[in-house]
Amino acid sequence: MTSFVSALGRRTINFVSETGSVFILFYKSIRYLKQLWASRSLVFSQMLEIGVNSIPLVLFVGVFAGAVASVQTAYQLKGYISYNYLGAATSVAIFIELGPVLTALVIAGRVGASIAAEIGTMKVTEQIDALESLAIDPIRYLAMPRIFSGFIMIPLLTVFADFIGIMGAYAVAWINLDLPPETFFGSVKEFFSILNVMSGLIKAFFFGGVTAIIGCYVGFATDGGAEGVGKSTIRAFVLSSAMILLNDYILSVLLF
Amino acid sequence: MIEIRDVEKSFENKVVLRGVDLDVYDGEKLVIIGRSGCGKSVLLKLIMNLLHPDKGYILVNDIAIKKVGQVDLFNLRKQFGFLFQNAALFDSMTVAENICLPLVEHTKLSKSQMMDKVAEKLELVGLPGIENLKPAELSGGMRKRVGLARAIVMDPNYILYDEPTTGLDPIMAANIDKLIIELSDKLNITSIVVTHDMQSVSKVADRVVMLHNGRMIFSGNVSELKSTDNEVVRQFVNGEAEGPIQPKPHKY
Ligand SMILES: Nc1ncnc2c1ncn2[C@@H]1O[C@H](COP(=O)(O)OP(=O)(O)O)[C@@H](O)[C@H]1O
Ligand SMILES: [Mg+2]
Repeated sequence: MTSFVSALGRRTINFVSETGSVFILFYKSIRYLKQLWASRSLVFSQMLEIGVNSIPLVLFVGVFAGAVASVQTAYQLKGYISYNYLGAATSVAIFIELGPVLTALVIAGRVGASIAAEIGTMKVTEQIDALESLAIDPIRYLAMPRIFSGFIMIPLLTVFADFIGIMGAYAVAWINLDLPPETFFGSVKEFFSILNVMSGLIKAFFFGGVTAIIGCYVGFATDGGAEGVGKSTIRAFVLSSAMILLNDYILSVLLF
Repeated sequence: MIEIRDVEKSFENKVVLRGVDLDVYDGEKLVIIGRSGCGKSVLLKLIMNLLHPDKGYILVNDIAIKKVGQVDLFNLRKQFGFLFQNAALFDSMTVAENICLPLVEHTKLSKSQMMDKVAEKLELVGLPGIENLKPAELSGGMRKRVGLARAIVMDPNYILYDEPTTGLDPIMAANIDKLIIELSDKLNITSIVVTHDMQSVSKVADRVVMLHNGRMIFSGNVSELKSTDNEVVRQFVNGEAEGPIQPKPHKY
């Protein structure tokens, strides 16, 4: 019993202190935003890596997410509501939920894990120490460009995912239900609200930041050689997915 | 001048340093010897403030490095060159980018001035013309020498060498010893050299200290080292299997 309580206590203390460390890392990175322009080439290459290189994956996921949403919605509307509202129903779901959440989850797998693996490898091979010894702060050099790009690029990727998702949704409506484009896109347009899109992008902004911050934090906390790097990779993915879903809930409550 | 006072350091339950006192005077070439795992690399990292002592303190030019803020710490570190035991090259960058990095970050030199410096330092370590190779394409000894080029590119006042000649052939090792002596004498650099290589000890050292069981058990010049009556030091220097130091029995 006492050992259970003490294990619980230890875990709680660990959780609180790790959460604190994540916020400290975030705060220190924010302070380096002053040097954004001076670090522009680092930032630019991370934007490329995190954003541009993720486009194919995001498009792939987006088109199928849209297609599935369309099939599912059509099934639920069947017999109750006219298919004329299919475009509206799927597009709203894509804008506020599917676009940002699925984009963020695949990014957590691709980018969050690779940030953790890259920084973790640098940690266990003393490259982080080498940066320090050359009087270069790893937080400015490694964390800030990644975290900044995470915040900026995930919303942009979400815009792509939204667009291609609606295309996928229409493709299904056209193939399965013979819905003419005027009907489908007419209803998308009728129920279109910039607020829905914005709330989706606000979510994506937080998800992107959270993924990059967790990737960096887990990377810097790596020890124990190649095995440790492997563990960090998984840990970054699991933690950032969990935080994305938790934040999704919190933000949904706050935004709607 | 570097003053190390009563420094203790442990990892989890493993005590590595149990009270080390050491002064390093400006311009001297100090060699630290000791068995593998006795904490030589840890001591160098403590001096760079990459690790922090559990007890005791370290002064560099009368500044307590434990207490300084980040800006001062970085200014202090700019006076240091540190050659890591495993070279610790940035493997996403080419050799030239590795050596350039401190110049890019801390100076306003033009691109061509930087490349001149890179070429000059690569020449010094005996590796001219390998600017565009990646660390993965280099042998262990080459990596170490690129690490050395990176460590000296900012023309530091202090250079810490962690086993600079390990993994080099005897001729290259002799060249690196020569380079250490030249850098030190011409530019009046303070050098701390960690090594197992008794040849380079005799060539390089103004003074030798030996670290054993977490303490300094010897300090003196090379001839004192060779004529010491300390059994432990003598066994180490002569590389004998019989003596007071016995390998720890394996735990099965
Ligand atoms: N970051 C670390 N975490 C845990 N133990 C460490 C760490 N760095 C060094 N040690 C331990 O400290 C001891 C001394 O290591 P080191 O200074 O590298 O030895 P050497 O004298 O061969 O350079 C070793 O037993 C090593 O296991
Ligand atoms: Mg060592």
